[in-house]
Amino acid sequence: MRGARKAFGAVKALAGVDLAIAPHECVGLIGHNGAGKSTLMHVLAGTLTPDEADISVGGEPQDGYGVASAHRLGIRCVFQELSLCPNLTVAENARVLHPALRGFGWRSRAGALIRAKLDEIFPDHGIPEDAAVGDLSIGKRQMIEIARAFTVTTAPVRLVILDEPTSSLDGHTAGQLFSYIRQAVAGGLSCVLISHMLGEILSTSDRVVVMRDGAVVIGGPTATFDREKLVLAMGGAETHAAAAAPVRLPSSAPVIVRIRPERQPDGRDLVAQKGEIVGLAGLAGHGQTDLLLSVFDGAGHRSRKAAVSGRVALVAGDRQTDGIFPLWSIAQNIGVRSLKSFRRGPLLSSQAETSLAERWRQRIKIRTPDMRDPILSLSGGNQQKALFARALGSDATIVLMDDPMRGVDVATKLDVYDLVREEAAAGRTFLWYTTEMDELYHCDRVYVFRNGAIVAEFARADVSEEAIIGASFLESAAA
Amino acid sequence: MTQSIAALPERRQLRQARRILRAALPALSLAIIVLGIAWLNPRAISYFGLTLMLNLAVPVTLATIGQMFVMATNDLDLSIGTFVGFVGCVTATVLHDDPVLGTAILAGCIGVYVLLGAVIYLRNLPSIVMTLGMFFVWQGLAILLLPKPGGHAPDWLKALMNSKTPYVPFPIVAAVVIAAVAYVGLMQTSYGAILRGAGGNAQAVKRAGWSLLKVKMLLYGLTGFCGVLAGLALIGLTTSADANLGNGYTLLSIAGAILGGGEFVGGRVSPIGSVIGAFTLTLAGSLLNFMHISPDWQVAAQGGILIAVLAARVLINRGGATS
Repeated sequence: MRGARKAFGAVKALAGVDLAIAPHECVGLIGHNGAGKSTLMHVLAGTLTPDEADISVGGEPQDGYGVASAHRLGIRCVFQELSLCPNLTVAENARVLHPALRGFGWRSRAGALIRAKLDEIFPDHGIPEDAAVGDLSIGKRQMIEIARAFTVTTAPVRLVILDEPTSSLDGHTAGQLFSYIRQAVAGGLSCVLISHMLGEILSTSDRVVVMRDGAVVIGGPTATFDREKLVLAMGGAETHAAAAAPVRLPSSAPVIVRIRPERQPDGRDLVAQKGEIVGLAGLAGHGQTDLLLSVFDGAGHRSRKAAVSGRVALVAGDRQTDGIFPLWSIAQNIGVRSLKSFRRGPLLSSQAETSLAERWRQRIKIRTPDMRDPILSLSGGNQQKALFARALGSDATIVLMDDPMRGVDVATKLDVYDLVREEAAAGRTFLWYTTEMDELYHCDRVYVFRNGAIVAEFARADVSEEAIIGASFLESAAA
Repeated sequence: MTQSIAALPERRQLRQARRILRAALPALSLAIIVLGIAWLNPRAISYFGLTLMLNLAVPVTLATIGQMFVMATNDLDLSIGTFVGFVGCVTATVLHDDPVLGTAILAGCIGVYVLLGAVIYLRNLPSIVMTLGMFFVWQGLAILLLPKPGGHAPDWLKALMNSKTPYVPFPIVAAVVIAAVAYVGLMQTSYGAILRGAGGNAQAVKRAGWSLLKVKMLLYGLTGFCGVLAGLALIGLTTSADANLGNGYTLLSIAGAILGGGEFVGGRVSPIGSVIGAFTLTLAGSLLNFMHISPDWQVAAQGGILIAVLAARVLINRGGATS
């Protein structure tokens, strides 16, 4: 692809990008939020028509490139926002991608196709192919989406684009995926991997391409890059001397939250003191989100098992379903948690809402020309920033974070880490569920979850990758 | 690990049980109504009694299936009631006098539905507003065609609707045929999966290279086709027409589709459930008659049944969320 350009209104998403992908190659594509990665991938998948581009596949220039030709040429895409139909079964979703699956017995053929591929990539997936996708967890949906992209009927698969494929996978399944990618690439497939997890890029790709502001800034064999160099190239801040902040909590700080997970076999409680950042770790989907929700309920005095003193706000992880109000403006999305403070008599002051939104636009650096624009005009990372602003701008003293950094770029993460520490120092309490090991170093205390119960607790000084992974898998060995 | 593996099948079983319960809910509510009738008046459950009670079930069923098709694409057709009425007027006048012209008009009506689907998709218009407009258009046309009640049903239609099938009353046979055709078409064919998928996640279907315009046009066309069949069936039963004959069908069809397990968004529809839902609504009237509830209260009582079934569905779904 040469000279791809695309502009959405005044925003130049792609400012002339050249990208060549060879067979037998896995290209890692990284960049900021809004650097144009996703736009570029949509152009490649044919779902967006570029304002200008020369696309050639297999040496042949393509005119009128679109979804149909992309499919015919074997270019598949796993989109960041999942594109499965929740009301259809797994097999029916496979059929949606393959026009060739028709006629008598299509259902069993589609089922066999997707099951074979799931077995191949994720050997212990446990997904029945006649289950409705809407009944499955988000991690399983992502596995289906990935497996579906690799299935073959009539058109061969030549290039698979994976946009943040591991955002809902835990470490085990992500590992299975990457070893499959290496295997497929060795078999002649090409692959584009977009990820904010630099470790994934460094360990899986052959070549790295870094984008910034709609253009490629640097590219080269992966071996010539390391983490520092990538972060530098993306234009993000250098990696912080991250968790350097000293332990500053007096042990006498009042306890704000005390809660026992519902399936806790022993008498262990999760305790958070005022001004503390408490991390919830463990494999994805082992009860961390449930715990956050019971803390949230507890603040409304609806739970007997939780003692929560303070006002709570939640930063959702699955922002499309739990976070944003898609039809509202950015300012409204930020202000919705603080409506009480906007009240002037029986009415709401839109001025107060605007000033709150402006304040947080400055503080958290939301990239938009106008806070009154619809929230969907923002890139994913900036939407997430708005959700942080919603929680932090409110009067809540306890902030619950449900793995909020999924698919967020490094610079945003660093901004938010600073903000969290600042706010904690000012007396706010954070409960932070995260699937990223690095983030646990920002916590004062870490609880490791397994099967809905706390299996280990670490003070900051004891937090280490080995210790946490060890604890996550400990119970499985014992049981 | 063994712990989690042991827990899995159990949870899956529970989910399975809940899904079956949810799917069985329409049949369960129909069974309760039928049992109620049998208890109050055992003689009603006979070939003759059922034929009488289910007299109007066939047009209601057809209208409900029509409504289900637009609901599969997350839209609603508010105009189906007056459309059925208009089709009835055409049937009792033009089709009776001049079968060729009548057929052409009815085919044109389906064409209007197809066009409506195209306009709604291309201009991204809310279906409720568009079909509300069409509600008045069809009603106006019906009144123009037949200012006062009258007309005659074609003889073949009367004969068909009053045909006597052996052992099982005709309305039940018709309903089974309708349900089977709609079920195979929408739930079993490979293109049916695309039609439903477009209601679940239109973007995903589009990205896979399917035309959403075609999907929308086809589903609206099917709604129009079912509407025409409903109008024909209705006139076959009443033998003469009235411009306001079908007005109640809008809400009846929506209620039937919802009773049958359909939902307003997400492409969740059930052809078999819709047929059962239509039967439930039809029989509910008879049950209320047998209970000596005055007709003044019957509409409200039908609404009560609708709310009760929906509440049961919510309870089943909520049980799923907490366990």
